[in-house]
Amino acid sequence: MNGAVPLTLMDVDLERGACRLHRREDLREKVGGSSLAAALYREYGLPGEDAFAPGQPLIFAIGPLTGYYPLMSKVVLGFKSPYSGDYVETHAGGRLALALRFSGLDALVIRGKSPRPVYLVLGDRHFACKDAGHLWGMDAVTTARTIRGSEPRGRGQRSILRIGPAGENLVKYACINVDTFRHFGRLGAGAVMGSKKLKAVMVSGDRSFSLPYQGTSYHKVYRQIYQRITGSGVMAKYHDLGTPVNVLVLNGLHSLPTRNLSATTFEGAAQISGEYFADKLLLRQIACSGCPVGCIHIGLLREKFSPEHEYYYKQVSYDHEPIFAMGSMLGIAPGEAVMLLLDEAEKWGLDVISCGVALAWATEARAAGLIGDEQTLVPLAFGKLEPYRQAIAAIATRANEFYRLLGEGTAVAAARYGGAEFACVLGQEMAGYATGPVYFVSQALGFRYSHLDSAGYQLDQQKTSMLEEALNYLEREERQRLMLTCLVACLFARNIYDQETIAAALAAAGFSELAQNLEERFTSLQRERWRVKKESGYDPHRVAIPRRFHEVKTLQGKLDAAFMETLRRAYAARIAGY
Amino acid sequence: MAKVLKAVAMERCIGCYSCMFACARLVHNVLSWSRSGIRVRSLGGLTAGFEASYCLACPKPACAAACPSGALGERPGKGVRYRRELCLRCGRCSHACPVKAIWLDQETGEPVVCLHCGRCVPFCPHGCLAMVTSAETSH
Repeated sequence: MNGAVPLTLMDVDLERGACRLHRREDLREKVGGSSLAAALYREYGLPGEDAFAPGQPLIFAIGPLTGYYPLMSKVVLGFKSPYSGDYVETHAGGRLALALRFSGLDALVIRGKSPRPVYLVLGDRHFACKDAGHLWGMDAVTTARTIRGSEPRGRGQRSILRIGPAGENLVKYACINVDTFRHFGRLGAGAVMGSKKLKAVMVSGDRSFSLPYQGTSYHKVYRQIYQRITGSGVMAKYHDLGTPVNVLVLNGLHSLPTRNLSATTFEGAAQISGEYFADKLLLRQIACSGCPVGCIHIGLLREKFSPEHEYYYKQVSYDHEPIFAMGSMLGIAPGEAVMLLLDEAEKWGLDVISCGVALAWATEARAAGLIGDEQTLVPLAFGKLEPYRQAIAAIATRANEFYRLLGEGTAVAAARYGGAEFACVLGQEMAGYATGPVYFVSQALGFRYSHLDSAGYQLDQQKTSMLEEALNYLEREERQRLMLTCLVACLFARNIYDQETIAAALAAAGFSELAQNLEERFTSLQRERWRVKKESGYDPHRVAIPRRFHEVKTLQGKLDAAFMETLRRAYAARIAGY
Repeated sequence: MAKVLKAVAMERCIGCYSCMFACARLVHNVLSWSRSGIRVRSLGGLTAGFEASYCLACPKPACAAACPSGALGERPGKGVRYRRELCLRCGRCSHACPVKAIWLDQETGEPVVCLHCGRCVPFCPHGCLAMVTSAETSH
């Protein structure tokens, strides 16, 4: 059965432009995804060295259930972040998970630094490291189009990862664009690719894997899961309005970060809401491979470019996080204007959340007189579209000393120019939830400094001030999510894949051993993963929460700053003890 | 009247590949996105939409005519029938198909062609696929 099959790992050395395959039976106990990547970082990583050290690995990992069930469609990328300086993860969907599965690869490790720009073409029965001189400097959208045109293999069923100029220029929140509209977005994986002179990776494969016979439990479990996903309405919100359904909800709760978190309601919320996008701009939805939900919302952006009736159109993907970052956080509305900024970030290859939050800080710093035109080059002001459009390019190209520092992270720029108290940084630039203390602590200390680590915003809505309750919630929620990111499931499926379903799905797919004692196994894997992070330089006691977060009005009214501080210290102590 | 598969509304396709996985899983008993009688592909990035390739159940199937060993035979109104024990794995059926809807499996060398069994249809979340009577198959 599957459980006895060794994992296959491809180890790429960019310096030599060559690869090796390893079969590793011993790694099966790490399950896959998050825990597999952490185990491989312990083996291949250089925890004490700089994130741009040539030997640092980029570790892409899928899991035992990838492709075997619906929504098992994500890839975990583990790497040392040039932004935070410790071991982190970023996750992406698209076609990559299935392309790796059908290439016969459970993990792909990319190490070394190429002497010249290259791109990789790899998968089942093929590997090539090719010159990318013609792609270097090209935007992320055109890069993918060029590779699609020049590489015949796997047409229409392959995955293409690439960076834009921001990654080449080592902007510390440069992303990796995946296929069309998905990203390894946060914490600067794109800059690590840039430091390795690796412009793109194309993955394709056509392998097949035997399944249990018809009539066995696998087929029954598959059908039950599929029916719950498509028939029960549990997933409907993700397909219907998508994540932007949150915009009006959060706005109503005083939790929508607005104008650099100087406010938590936005007067333009209705014009950047999920409802507005769906009514005025939605072109269609598409899906990651192996997911019948289809949550990727594509908007149609139509712009007039001459006095006559001449237009061009673009397709731009939107979600809650990008809308908050380039919308309410910058005082920008309506949705059409937000989409113009999203399109810029997409092309330059920047993490849209960090980019928007960094520009929000710069806008406030400019208004406060800490910086001026000499620094910002354009008159940044909340609600003014065109300067932001130009500033995104300035970050990506590192146009001057100010934008060079802003490209190192908002906190770095604030350390130089002042304004650290209103830098909206929780480990990295904040995500779009100003719900209260549990969320702020959960992002600041979270494994990938993300709203997705342990979702403190759910507890904020219950207005808890019970320390033990909050700590246990964060720990338990993180463990539940770790189970999913080891399989590797989309976190939107967390209400489908409860522990009982995960155990049944693993056993039916032939992983009976992994299906046993889930709680115990993942308690241990959770701690192991934290240890890898700590070995790489992470100190939970060092994480600070800027003053803006203490003063902001959230859904709880004036935030309980004392409780937040107590929770921060206690959660840091718990992590330190793992 | 026999029923055959038809991609009636590909403009609704979200590219989830659930149909292909259903065929691979239920007909061929494998996890695969190639061993499937229907193949969905993007038309140049995901912005250009998706197309489906599958057997169109031609009245005089060129693939069956090209088969030198009798492995592929006509099934009136229902596409073709495949008999594995007669197959030479020569690939002439694949070349003969005017819409390139027969693939040679890279691992087995056998042709993969839609059987018009309809097992993929309930797995399409957007009603892109349907079983229609042979008379309605004008594509």
